[in-house]
Amino acid sequence: MKIAVCVKQVVTRDWPVRVDDAGRWVRDRDAGFEMNEPDAYALEEALRLKEQHGGEVIVCSAGPPRVSQVLREALARGADRAIHVESDTLATADALTVGKALADALRPEAPDLVLTGLQSDDQGFGQTGVVLAELLGISHSTIIMEVEVSGEAQIRVKRELEGGWFQWVVMPLPSLLTIQSGINQLRYATLSGIMAAKKKEVRTVEPEAPARESHQKIVELYVPEKRKKTRFIEGSSTEVAQELVRVLREDARVF
Amino acid sequence: MILVVAEQREGVLNRVTWECVATAQKLEAQGSGPVKVVVVGASVTAVADEVAAAEVAEVLVVDDVALEPYTSDGFVNALTQVIDTEEPEVVVFPHTYQTRDFAPTLATRRQRTLVTDCIGFKSGPDGARFVRPMFQGKFVADIAVQGPAPHFASFQIGAYRAEAAARGANPAPTRRIEIALDLADIRQRPEAPFKEAKQAVDLTQAARIVAVGRGIKGQEHLPIVQELAKALDAEVAASRPICDAGWLPIDRQVGSSGQTVAPKLYLAIGISGAIQHLVGMKGARTIVAVNKDADTPIFEVADYGIVGDLFDVIPALTAALGN
Repeated sequence: MKIAVCVKQVVTRDWPVRVDDAGRWVRDRDAGFEMNEPDAYALEEALRLKEQHGGEVIVCSAGPPRVSQVLREALARGADRAIHVESDTLATADALTVGKALADALRPEAPDLVLTGLQSDDQGFGQTGVVLAELLGISHSTIIMEVEVSGEAQIRVKRELEGGWFQWVVMPLPSLLTIQSGINQLRYATLSGIMAAKKKEVRTVEPEAPARESHQKIVELYVPEKRKKTRFIEGSSTEVAQELVRVLREDARVF
Repeated sequence: MILVVAEQREGVLNRVTWECVATAQKLEAQGSGPVKVVVVGASVTAVADEVAAAEVAEVLVVDDVALEPYTSDGFVNALTQVIDTEEPEVVVFPHTYQTRDFAPTLATRRQRTLVTDCIGFKSGPDGARFVRPMFQGKFVADIAVQGPAPHFASFQIGAYRAEAAARGANPAPTRRIEIALDLADIRQRPEAPFKEAKQAVDLTQAARIVAVGRGIKGQEHLPIVQELAKALDAEVAASRPICDAGWLPIDRQVGSSGQTVAPKLYLAIGISGAIQHLVGMKGARTIVAVNKDADTPIFEVADYGIVGDLFDVIPALTAALGN
């Protein structure tokens, strides 16, 4: 089975993000970057499916040159080869623009299965995978908690619904799945994996249609207005602990 | 015209539909034209009648056996035909898992974009600007949709209040829309929905909850949280990443994919406050947050905040309660 996984590179969770001077994006010039965590679960699921059923895992990412870092990491974890859709503007683009770039890169590969995370930690569209499926002309299912390969060209997947409900869905291959975080336990790259990754192919492609046309424009990015007045308690650990216990007991009366 | 896509399951209207009606009525007041609601499914006459109580221009009904159970292909094929004939300027959805499953396809099929997870809108020189969170709720962005109508937007649950939806003096007219659906075009074959084994922990009944997030760094540190919970006579809960990592069982999870709670006290420890978590706990009467980052969104909803190292603050708090 040929499995493609789309991963996004995002600013690390620990980075104290601040809005940039233009007020349209965050100041990320000196930031650390990492693989979007939901995409890491999609990669892990692809590696497990390959281990069970054989085949190949191709990892694909769209963005500036720095994106090659997450591709190398995916290769170190066990992906076979990588495609880098290189473009500075794709890092901040909308889901349709990114979907088109990824679709153009993946179409010639004709994968049996495409996996993505369910959303990204930065823009959080929660739709790039679904958009990609439509552009590739393949079926899809979202927020997947389990994947069974149930026949030659068929899969059975467990969707998470709301309120604790689940549902199995049978679909023909090729298909695209957006993977729910927590579906599996992530593996980390081993030293031998990191060494092996150096010999693996990373193919860089230009986006076919330059991402000139944008479908959604960020007019302004800003800190949300506070709706609640928070009383911050300050002092040493012992002082704040004693004061908090006092206000919870006397003011909030929660015990 | 603003088209609201109602959500129903097995003939029961999802309440978030009323929130979307309220949203659309506010958009209407800004001059985006009359509001219509479309109900999609099989045997949905009763749902359509319920929605018709809203003060809207019309309720459109797409009733076809091929639409039950829900599939993304069925809904996209049906709604594409509705949008082609009715030509709305704005299409409004509730930002539910079901919308996330089909609405991006619907928009893409029309070569349009969907603005997801909106919490509001503003008027701009070139039409409505949709307001949505970014970077896990640390920021919000005003989004201008580029290109011609229809524009598609999904609104977060709770963005507008269901009670704010105006109801008409008389029921709105309903109109059936006949569509052509070929079962052979529906690629997904869903099985019956089910629930996993009954949840062992019912957090919804807890008077006090101590919830832990990523800030705890490792499973081996959980005892300091459990000791605090014991001192407070509280249940231990967690944000999604903690359960994903397997550090606590999934029935301790609070948020959009876990339980929704409203205790007297909710003490959030090392939780940044992504919107998926906030929707599950913002109804708590008193919220206390302990976090090392003063700018983290959990403080948006906190009554009391402590900016500091939880590994110092939490043991001190447990000790203070013992005195």
